[in-house]
Amino acid sequence: MTSFLLRRLGQSLVALFGVMTLVFFIQRLTGDPTYLLVPETATQEDIEAMRHALGLDRPLFVQYVDFFRDTLSLDFGKSFIQNVPVTTIIASRLPYTLELAAGALLVAVVIGVPLGLLLALAQKKFWTNGLMGIVLAAQSMPTFWSGILMILLFGVSLGWLPPSGSGSFAHLIMPSIALGLLSMATYARIMRSSVLDELSKDYIRSARARGVKTRRLVIRHLLRNSAIPVISITALEISQLLAGAVIVETVFAWPGLGLLTVQSVVSRDFVVVQGVVLLGALVTILMNFLADILYSFVDPRIRLDGTGG
Amino acid sequence: MTRALQSLRMVFFPADGKGIPVGVFVIIVAFMVLVAGLAPLLAPVDPNTQNLMGRLKPPGTVARGTLFVLGSDELGRDLLSRLMYGARVSLSVAFLSVLLSGLVGTVLGMVAGYKRGWVETVIMRVVDIFLSIPAILLAIITVAVLGPGFVNVILVLALTRWPRYARVAYGQTLSVANMPYVRLSTAMGASWVRILALHIFPNIIAALSVVATLEFGLMVLFEAGLSFLGLGVQPPTASWGAMLSVGRNYVSNAWWIATFPGICLFLLVLSVNLIGDRLSDYLNPKSR
Repeated sequence: MTSFLLRRLGQSLVALFGVMTLVFFIQRLTGDPTYLLVPETATQEDIEAMRHALGLDRPLFVQYVDFFRDTLSLDFGKSFIQNVPVTTIIASRLPYTLELAAGALLVAVVIGVPLGLLLALAQKKFWTNGLMGIVLAAQSMPTFWSGILMILLFGVSLGWLPPSGSGSFAHLIMPSIALGLLSMATYARIMRSSVLDELSKDYIRSARARGVKTRRLVIRHLLRNSAIPVISITALEISQLLAGAVIVETVFAWPGLGLLTVQSVVSRDFVVVQGVVLLGALVTILMNFLADILYSFVDPRIRLDGTGG
Repeated sequence: MTRALQSLRMVFFPADGKGIPVGVFVIIVAFMVLVAGLAPLLAPVDPNTQNLMGRLKPPGTVARGTLFVLGSDELGRDLLSRLMYGARVSLSVAFLSVLLSGLVGTVLGMVAGYKRGWVETVIMRVVDIFLSIPAILLAIITVAVLGPGFVNVILVLALTRWPRYARVAYGQTLSVANMPYVRLSTAMGASWVRILALHIFPNIIAALSVVATLEFGLMVLFEAGLSFLGLGVQPPTASWGAMLSVGRNYVSNAWWIATFPGICLFLLVLSVNLIGDRLSDYLNPKSR
């Protein structure tokens, strides 16, 4: 177990190292990152001065080492537009995104898990095709369209919910549903196939043969065992939700990290964009790590090489 | 020939009677491709002609001699014409980015799976790194550097998505590379390029085509998403995502601007996804 943990941790660190290198090179895709950092109105002298002030005229390798040192000490630089450290800006927006992601996860689990269970247990009923259709539709629905439709229906026509912005619980409802729908479909699909998988196993058959009631069977055996893939998918869904927030926050003018990213691209505040990307990658790597660890704790047959034992 | 036709019929109109035959979705996609291709002939008016007297007209209105079948947008441009031209953007961006990322990913994945050793380690580690950054964020930061626009969106999507193909090509190559006929041709001195191209590629293209189909749907969504955020194809070029973004601002007084591009996007993505699902069922009979 310890050696598995260490090896998996090593993999995560390599990924983290790689992500930073990748971001460093993306900055330099057009040659000189100075142009990303100065306002469009800057004169040639401003650009020269900025290049020198930021040390972008030094050898590439020195810049690379510096970038690493700063990023590892969580110093993402300073926004030139707002003249505030990026960490401060991110910290002020993060709570909104976490709130939204939590709401979306709640929507996804509360609807998706029972739906998957239902679809698995009630196979081949005439209405399961319809439900499966809804799941498929939720997967193909662009969040920016489902969001707009909800605004149109509940915000404008019916006037039940505030169409955009933040400030109250009511503001959180529509963005959470819009963001949660896609994950809901994932949960429903995973839960369905997981339950179907369990249903075909011997212990269920023998329990049925012993005359165990269906309700007891579902609660005592089925739910517990099919929960494993569902729990581990949660870690992966969380990073999906944080990424999906970029679009949903723009649709609903929700002042989280996603809206911040888009606003920063538009106002050419590159350092902020970079900070959010690094944070997003960090969360993803962390969540992948947790998912694997969780999985291997619950099911010791699974180890790093995936061969099982 | 008849056998080929029969198997095609089994893919698109399976006899098990499950829901809507996938052929319907093939027809939807084919129809959109046709409309996109013939947009200059079919569009009632030029998609970029503004008509400030005919702004925000609901579907079916006639303003200054122009019939707005699906209504007009905030600059009085005909929504139907813009939808047709928007299909060109969606389909061509998706097609070209799938082609580019598929090509790069497949070659790298095959090389990693066949060469093994340090080549494998390096390529697959790079794949892991790319997959560690949420795709939409990777796309956004690259657009922030390169700037938006048609060509850049394709490049960005290709850069973001090649690892998907690399993973599949790698896994498939590993399983094919040990087949006796591959080993034989290695022993007979065939170069690795020849082996990859003639012996391995034909055996993994089926699996890759499923990935490519599902990715196509995703790329349509990504392009629309980037354009919705203002980071994709730039105005005045019509794009479904950009139209939705405008529609969001007029949602209270002009519902049609966001509704029709949304329906088109949804139908296209749903159809492509269902075709991909069916293709995957057909190619892996075990998963049925």
